Amino acid sequence: MANEITLTIDGKQVTVPAGTLIVDAARELGIDIPVFCYHPKMEPVGMCRMCLVEVGRPMVDRATNQPVMEADGTPKLQFGPKMETACTTPVSAGMVVIGMSDKVKAARNDVLEFLLTSHPLDCPICDKGGECPLQNLTMGFGKGSSRFEFEDKQHNQKHVPLGELIYLDRERCIQCGRCVRFQKDLADDPVIGFYQRGRNLVIDTSSEPGFDSIFSGNTTDICPVGALTTADFRFGARPWELKSAASLCNHCAVGCNLTYNTRREAKSDGNVVIKRAMPRQNEAVNEIWLCDKGRFGYHFAESHQRLEKPLIRKDGELVESTWDEALDMAAKELRAYGFRFVSLASGRLSNEDLYEIKQLTENLHGQACLYSPMAGGDLTPLIGYADPQGLSRVGKGTVIVVAASNLHQEAPIWWMQVRAAVKRGAKLIVVNARSTRLDKFASAVVRYRFGREAEAVLSLVPAAETSGESGKIIAAAENLVVLYGSDGIGLEGSRQVAAASAELLRASNLLGKPGSGLLPVWQRANDQGAWDTGFTPVDDLAKVVSEADGVLIAGADPAGDHPAYAAALKKAKFIIVQEQFLTKTAQLADIVFPVQSMLERDGSYTNGTRRVQRFMPVVEKLPGTRPDYLVTAQVRQKVVHSNLEFISAAQVFMVLAAHLPDYQNLTYATLMETVPQHPILGRSDVYYGGTSFENRQGLGVQLGTAANRRDKYSLPAAPSTQNQLPDLEHAEELMAVPVAELLDTGTITQKSVLLGKRTSTPFALMHPKTAQQKGLAAGDKAKISLAGVTYQAVVRVDESVPTLHVLLPRSLGIPLDKPVLVKVIQ
Amino acid sequence: MKYFRSHILVCKDPDCIHKGAHEVMDALQDELVAEGLINEIQVLETSRIGNCWNGPEMMVYPEGIHYTNLTVDDIPYLVEEHFLKGRIATRFVEPEKSVKDEELGAPKSKEIRVVLRNCGKIDPENIEDYIAEDGYAALGKALTEMSPTQVIETVLASGLRGRGGAGFPAARKWSFVAAKQGSDKFLICNADEGDPGAFMNRRVLESDPHAVLEGMIIAAYAAGIKQGYIYCRAEYPIAVKTLNIAINQARAMGLLGKDILGSGFDFDLEVRMGAGAFVCGEETALMASIEGKRGEPRPRPPFPADSGLWGKPSNVNNVETYANVPQIILKGADWYASMGNEKSKGTKTFAIAGDVNNTGLIEVPFGISLREIVFDVCGGIKDGKQFKAIQTGGPMGGCLPASQLDLPMDYESMTAAGSMMGSGGLIVMDEDTCMVDIARFFMEFTQDESCGKCTPCRVGTRRILEILNRICEGKGRHGDIETLELLCKEIKSTSLCGLGQGAPTPVESTLKHFREEYEAHIFQKKCPAKVCKSLISYEIQPDICTGCTVCSRNCPVEAINGERRQAHKIDPDVCVRCGICMQVCNFNAIIVN
Ligand SMILES: Cc1cc2nc3c(=O)[nH]c(=O)nc-3n(C[C@H](O)[C@H](O)[C@H](O)COP(=O)(O)O)c2cc1C
Ligand code: SF4
Ligand code: SF4
Ligand code: FES
Repeated sequence: MANEITLTIDGKQVTVPAGTLIVDAARELGIDIPVFCYHPKMEPVGMCRMCLVEVGRPMVDRATNQPVMEADGTPKLQFGPKMETACTTPVSAGMVVIGMSDKVKAARNDVLEFLLTSHPLDCPICDKGGECPLQNLTMGFGKGSSRFEFEDKQHNQKHVPLGELIYLDRERCIQCGRCVRFQKDLADDPVIGFYQRGRNLVIDTSSEPGFDSIFSGNTTDICPVGALTTADFRFGARPWELKSAASLCNHCAVGCNLTYNTRREAKSDGNVVIKRAMPRQNEAVNEIWLCDKGRFGYHFAESHQRLEKPLIRKDGELVESTWDEALDMAAKELRAYGFRFVSLASGRLSNEDLYEIKQLTENLHGQACLYSPMAGGDLTPLIGYADPQGLSRVGKGTVIVVAASNLHQEAPIWWMQVRAAVKRGAKLIVVNARSTRLDKFASAVVRYRFGREAEAVLSLVPAAETSGESGKIIAAAENLVVLYGSDGIGLEGSRQVAAASAELLRASNLLGKPGSGLLPVWQRANDQGAWDTGFTPVDDLAKVVSEADGVLIAGADPAGDHPAYAAALKKAKFIIVQEQFLTKTAQLADIVFPVQSMLERDGSYTNGTRRVQRFMPVVEKLPGTRPDYLVTAQVRQKVVHSNLEFISAAQVFMVLAAHLPDYQNLTYATLMETVPQHPILGRSDVYYGGTSFENRQGLGVQLGTAANRRDKYSLPAAPSTQNQLPDLEHAEELMAVPVAELLDTGTITQKSVLLGKRTSTPFALMHPKTAQQKGLAAGDKAKISLAGVTYQAVVRVDESVPTLHVLLPRSLGIPLDKPVLVKVIQ
Repeated sequence: MKYFRSHILVCKDPDCIHKGAHEVMDALQDELVAEGLINEIQVLETSRIGNCWNGPEMMVYPEGIHYTNLTVDDIPYLVEEHFLKGRIATRFVEPEKSVKDEELGAPKSKEIRVVLRNCGKIDPENIEDYIAEDGYAALGKALTEMSPTQVIETVLASGLRGRGGAGFPAARKWSFVAAKQGSDKFLICNADEGDPGAFMNRRVLESDPHAVLEGMIIAAYAAGIKQGYIYCRAEYPIAVKTLNIAINQARAMGLLGKDILGSGFDFDLEVRMGAGAFVCGEETALMASIEGKRGEPRPRPPFPADSGLWGKPSNVNNVETYANVPQIILKGADWYASMGNEKSKGTKTFAIAGDVNNTGLIEVPFGISLREIVFDVCGGIKDGKQFKAIQTGGPMGGCLPASQLDLPMDYESMTAAGSMMGSGGLIVMDEDTCMVDIARFFMEFTQDESCGKCTPCRVGTRRILEILNRICEGKGRHGDIETLELLCKEIKSTSLCGLGQGAPTPVESTLKHFREEYEAHIFQKKCPAKVCKSLISYEIQPDICTGCTVCSRNCPVEAINGERRQAHKIDPDVCVRCGICMQVCNFNAIIVN
């Protein structure tokens, strides 16, 4: 650190970076100055007054500007007449902080008493009981009795739904404002706020529907009392009854670390069930945040429609069978059809699963296809963004380019981090065909018509004649991060954008710096792991599948997603499906193996920045099911007589690590290593009580890149700047392009009862003029005909969308894997 | 959250309450409910919309219509006309007041008028009038003959201290901002004047706006600032209007805007309206309010000079502080410093209320004794009664007893006596005042105005109020006094802003100087001043009563019985202690016990 400051707190010396606040400096010494309103992830406001301390500073002679000395040669200290809030006061050289004098203790006592005289003290039925800072600090500092009359307590509403997900207990609220500040300063959804004033101050929501934010659950973690609770966990269990298991969120490429709290419950037939999901601190990934999809979307495992026995096709019907029978049949068929084998897997699977499928595919000389419309996973090992800090510390000097991505919906936590990076001084350039929620934080916004993504990205290359303002910003960058997503593009478009992004990075001459690189916004949690284990997406999946003799599908439901894939699968000779549910694809299979969800087993994912992380079993496995890697390994054993030593995930991972150079030296043990993280959040009961945030189960390992290792590597040629899509001027049809919608109706969200209430309806987003041309207005139901089938969608309009285009959400029932022409009518 | 299409601000000053403001407000609420408008229109309490002469009165925003002379019976008509039909109910609209100042007569004895010198003398809407009284001569002098540093030195030497309450040397603040690089700095005039009963600033704004503008331009020059704001409370529509006229005239004459008086110095001004909350007068809350945020204070440091409006170095001064500046520049620091005493220089305006013969606005030199103010300037106590206490410093100030009357009026003496200078509200109380009730009254105000941001003020003021209410209701207990003392100390030392830090002062000072009154309430269950309703009873003296029946006819609860021409009797169980009987009795037959 450039500027270090040494000060004394309660007699102990500590040296911290300039600008550190007294509370944080004290925590470095293990001294917990109690706080309520302060939260180290947010700007301090100094309003609860819990952290008052006495502060002395070396006295300076005004005339000479020299420090005044005591007789014994020590600097003379000047204490202010008032105590100061440790949460708002930055340290200064020679400062002496007294955090334990009688005066300080009395002040804490008073503030606590004030809070408690209006607090319901319903700890015995409060969800926060047992992990509540107020409770803990009261035990530490509070008086035994109060000077006030009990009847004088202010009574307030106790069950205020702020929306379907979050409940507020106004009596418990201590008006610290953490929730309000989080929503405004970090989530950029200022949908809750303080109303009234003085003693009548209350939190309320101003949005319709209530608490309309995809980050709302985080407020329940940072609320220092039990005032905000999730509809999910409210009255669900007492914290001390809960067991916890480390896991990862599997909804997007961020790879958020979380902890599931579980309990064995009579009402669930004595099974272990998940009571809640809590963020697990990983400053390199999600810090301490989760989006609501990750927090509430775990109910998929509880669904009662799970497959419990293998199914095999007999006389045209799928019937239950034993594992042995099904495995034998699979081996027999594969040996017969082995010459044209295709495996199709997605980033929903773990590295171990994918590795096994890849091995089988190689044994059968087949093709390993990744079920994804995005390209560029081969570039990330070369030039990926691989800063060991993730995106959480990006700031001044860094330029972030976000191209063809609606990041808020595609990777919410990265969106929040990009926004925070801009606050810290990073510059943002948004390159997108239409406006997104990042635009307002951008230094420059580049628009293009769909199909011209690559051209738009290349226009940023500083030398390019067209680069203009944004080119200048990039030319001045000390670090460059390029994120690209899949807003309005299919695989071919993605290939172009990835190549263009790589070219932009190459031209910047910043490659090789750990803070620079390429960051694809994958659609699934382990797409990068799939690339790393040897899967690649294919251009004409329907064709590849229909020409195959044997197909193995795992972690994907192509038939459910697209009728064309269903048709293609019907042509395939023999299909094996590894699934949890009887999906449309499973219904077409010849053999269906019932597999376990990630919650029932262990494994690893590689996230977008190529951090390899572990997840552990959380609930008991459903009897009759097996993990994907084991199923494939057993099939493989029977097909090629491989040995089956590797039956645990850890063993599969060891083999994988031995064979994939980038994964060398990784073991489950290394993935589980932790180091102290800053800010210190997990300890004792100050910022947050008890169980959550603390991460003792591993921070994962960030993989390196060829560029950072200074290895030789070559990048693809810069893509052409050709328009990828046909000219629309005279077409009667509209160009439909697929976009992401966080709360879609994918297999996973659908099964979460809670999120079900928030899922979007299928929509068709158009320029108002285009809608008008088609005789439509916002809110109307439009008919969209696509390959002979008609779908309904609610019209939304947005001036920033290019005319003659219609944006349709992925996974909301309208099959769309790339831009296509559609007819839109009233 | 509810979005209101209109806001109605009803004046709840003592005068208006006396004339039925509570009832009018209740009627308004009821009528809005009945018409189904209550979710569209918000009714709020405020103070000093006008001058309470024509109360009850109210302002309707966003239109800014000022209705006066309202009665409960007028409300249905008013609601129908204004809020349902969208027509202004002209018959209640306050006529525009003539600019001539009637409130301010000739200077009383011992008054010296520096800030108020032009008030009532010149036409505030005519810049030429101001210029004829040496207006803008100081600006010319500062811009052409003095460097910014010289302006700061002169004002420092004059001893001018902030008139908003804290008394920080004005030019010292300017020098902090002057030392900051860059031109992104702001000058703010605090014209929020929220103390109930205070109208010193309003008088200057309405009668001599150019003096404030000129002072601001000079301060801006000294501190190197190009943009200024005047934060004026919305309840002062005339002040806002006058200020805007003055700004436009000054701009037209090249006194504001680019290249002022050809000196190359640029400065411009804008008026921002405040939303009525008392705490918005606190400088950090005021800046938050200008930024469009909730008007809530934030911890200092950082002080405005380091990080003020929009995080930029800013200077905040009170109206009166600025209004002094032109005279100091023109007549010199020595002239100014010749008025006042050792540490408090110049003059101070006060708004006198209460039981003195001459209430209203005065301007006196610092150092004058409280006795001189009460007995010489204000003509002594009304109706020949005894002086009991004087409250200085507004709602966060203290009550001083007769034994302190010889204290000089200056910043240090007031603080040392357990009160404060404040912005200039003075309330004189006679022997009929109950000091516990007074403390309760101020506590009611501050706890109501607490923004609620910080814990001690939000909860603590309510706790004090609850105990005071109990004491006034005759339910005081052993230990209450000690608890109050402790609470006061705690809230003072832990609150975030001046409101919470000052809120306990009225209680603390009355506990200090009038402790025996608290004791009488708590231990003897008596209110010595016979004010606290639960502790008094009315009695008809049978030997004086003529049996005229006027009291029993006027009693709202029929607590008085008696035959005509026979002595009447009050039933203490029915009596609500409204005191009407005592007022209406023509023979002074009714006494309070
Ligand atoms: C609760 C509260 C209310 C205040 N109200 C006013 C006010 O109405 N007018 C004012 O000039 N200062 C008010 N102040 C003082 C200001 O915060 C600030 O100190 C003052 O405007 C500085 O100007 P001065 O240095 O010229 O006095 C208030 C302070 C507090 C704590
Ligand atoms: S709800 Fe919780 S976080 Fe929000 S203000 Fe109240 S106590 Fe603080
Ligand atoms: S002291 Fe009172 S007014 Fe000031 S910040 Fe605290 S609650 Fe708000
Ligand atoms: S005031 Fe410092 S933690 Fe609340």
